[in-house]
Amino acid sequence: MNEPVSKPTLIRLKKVDFAWHAQAKLTIKSGNLCVEEHEHVFIRGASGSGKSTLLNIIGGIVTPQRGQVEIVGHDFCQLQALQRDRVRADHIGFIFQQFNLIPYLSILENVTLPCRFSKLRRDNAIERSGSVIEEAMYLLNRLYTKGQFSFQRTTSELSVGQQQRVAAARALIGQPQLIIADEPTSSLDYDAREAFMDLLFDELKLSGSTLLYVSHDPTHQHLFNRVADMSVINQQAEVAL
Amino acid sequence: MNLRLLAQKSLASRRSTAILTIVSIAVSVILLLGVEKVRVNAKSSFANTISGTDLIVGARSGSIQLLLYSVFRIGSATNNISWKSYQHIAQQKGVKWTIPISLGDSHRGFRVMGTSRDYFSVYQYGEKRTLKFTSGKQFEAVFDAVIGSEVAKTLNYSIGDQVIISHGTGSASFTQHKDKPFVISGILEHTGTPVDRTVHVSLAGIEAMHINWNGAVKKRKTSKVVTESNLQPESITAFLVGLDSKIVSFKMQRYINDYAGEPLLAIFPGIALHELWSLMSVAEKALLIISLFVVVAALTGMLAVSLAGLNERRREVAILRSVGASHWHIMGLLITETVLLTMIGIIIGLIMLYSSIWVAQPLIEKNYGLFIPITAPNVRELGMISVLLAASFLVGLVPAYFAYKNSLADGMSVRS
Repeated sequence: MNEPVSKPTLIRLKKVDFAWHAQAKLTIKSGNLCVEEHEHVFIRGASGSGKSTLLNIIGGIVTPQRGQVEIVGHDFCQLQALQRDRVRADHIGFIFQQFNLIPYLSILENVTLPCRFSKLRRDNAIERSGSVIEEAMYLLNRLYTKGQFSFQRTTSELSVGQQQRVAAARALIGQPQLIIADEPTSSLDYDAREAFMDLLFDELKLSGSTLLYVSHDPTHQHLFNRVADMSVINQQAEVAL
Repeated sequence: MNLRLLAQKSLASRRSTAILTIVSIAVSVILLLGVEKVRVNAKSSFANTISGTDLIVGARSGSIQLLLYSVFRIGSATNNISWKSYQHIAQQKGVKWTIPISLGDSHRGFRVMGTSRDYFSVYQYGEKRTLKFTSGKQFEAVFDAVIGSEVAKTLNYSIGDQVIISHGTGSASFTQHKDKPFVISGILEHTGTPVDRTVHVSLAGIEAMHINWNGAVKKRKTSKVVTESNLQPESITAFLVGLDSKIVSFKMQRYINDYAGEPLLAIFPGIALHELWSLMSVAEKALLIISLFVVVAALTGMLAVSLAGLNERRREVAILRSVGASHWHIMGLLITETVLLTMIGIIIGLIMLYSSIWVAQPLIEKNYGLFIPITAPNVRELGMISVLLAASFLVGLVPAYFAYKNSLADGMSVRS
């Protein structure tokens, strides 16, 4: 392995075996994945290929039965659950397929949520914009057409496309090193999908974050540095039907 | 991480169930502390019925029976005390004062008590309070009567009104001393004790109205004239004793109980009151247990609501986990919610309790002679509140545990 020193590895999974229950079949078998800083990696996989399990391992929600997991320089197999939670809070921003937002919080409160759990991201936001709220407003104004919404309102009136933009702003706030997007556009129509991808890549250019993008739909894979197939990452992955 | 803010917003989004839970907690707090307040004040008002009296003496019977008829005007004496015995004891060394009590007649449901004039200066209740007159003065003439505040209020009597006393204690007595009406000479101030429900007359008055009577039957033929000379009573029902010093009270009690002249019983009012109260403590405990069960029901209701909502909140938990919340945060959120609901319930309960005491205070005092002061929660009440808060914390552990189990299974994505 001859990795360039200037590009540290953010995600390193080696021979990872994982099953949700002790007796259950392995969901991930001999999983290998390496993502370096500033890379934009597209992971292609059908449902049932172990995508969400993979993301739960990277997020430190679960630890594999065997193998190595190293995220942003932390050996997850050695860390306590609470420490892994801290790494996730500090360094990873997630965008999911849908239902990303907490319904009882306002748009602004949803975006600033990670800064409640991570001092590092709070400090980053304050350093960049003066305050967490200012940073959230800045991100929302960039992702939205300006002044379209009162950000104090709840998220219930937002369209799915608008909800995904709020989720993107939340993932980006406080500049986490790693953005993980799990089918973020699959519930959007074509126009909204294109607009969302444009905005996401614009923001990544600005923040320099690394992107791990998981989707079954290869439409946007040309935008990425690298494409990996779940069947290569996970020996257990079933072939898409 | 400010969990309180999240918990607050989350509860606000489930407003209707949150409000109902708060109401049930508030009601249980009102009941628990209300019962406690009534209990404590009833007990102290009970203990304050009579004070400053060292011994109560009556014919030999039970101490509670003696207390009931002599102080509470409930029930009646089995026997009387001869005037001779009374005089004998009243003249003993160490006896400071005595007040004779003669019972057995009534006026429209209120007991009539024959006594001496000393009664109005010597009798004490509460914190050494003596009787005062709202209007008029103590009885002077044989047919003068002094009535308690409740008698005056209920029957709408004022000074100078005539009252006819019935023989016996039933409220619908057919034998009345119509031939000898009494005139109200004074009305006493409200005391919150049985004095309020008593018609006081002189011992001479009691004798006078029974002249020409033989037992319960009116003598038709003889008609003796009422004169001062023939109004010396032959017997009384009981008498109160004040001593020069507390030290001699045990000695005096033994002396009276061993009195050879006739079988007498002397009791310490404090001890007898305590005995009587412990008889009622079963009811008191039952009330407390009932209110405790209401608290348990409220907490169970809160638990049910919290658990029922848990499944709908799996997504919320998954989102919080994805943005960096630990399991402790999730459990803390759920516990904070139950504790917060309970705290609000307690505060609203206290506000409602105190405002209802404030509103009902005069009514309760009027109808039950019980004054419930508005005082800050005492140590026992604060203890109850703390136990309730601690219980809500424990109740919160249950949904917290289930949320933890759910989130272990769900990770960051809920498959539904």
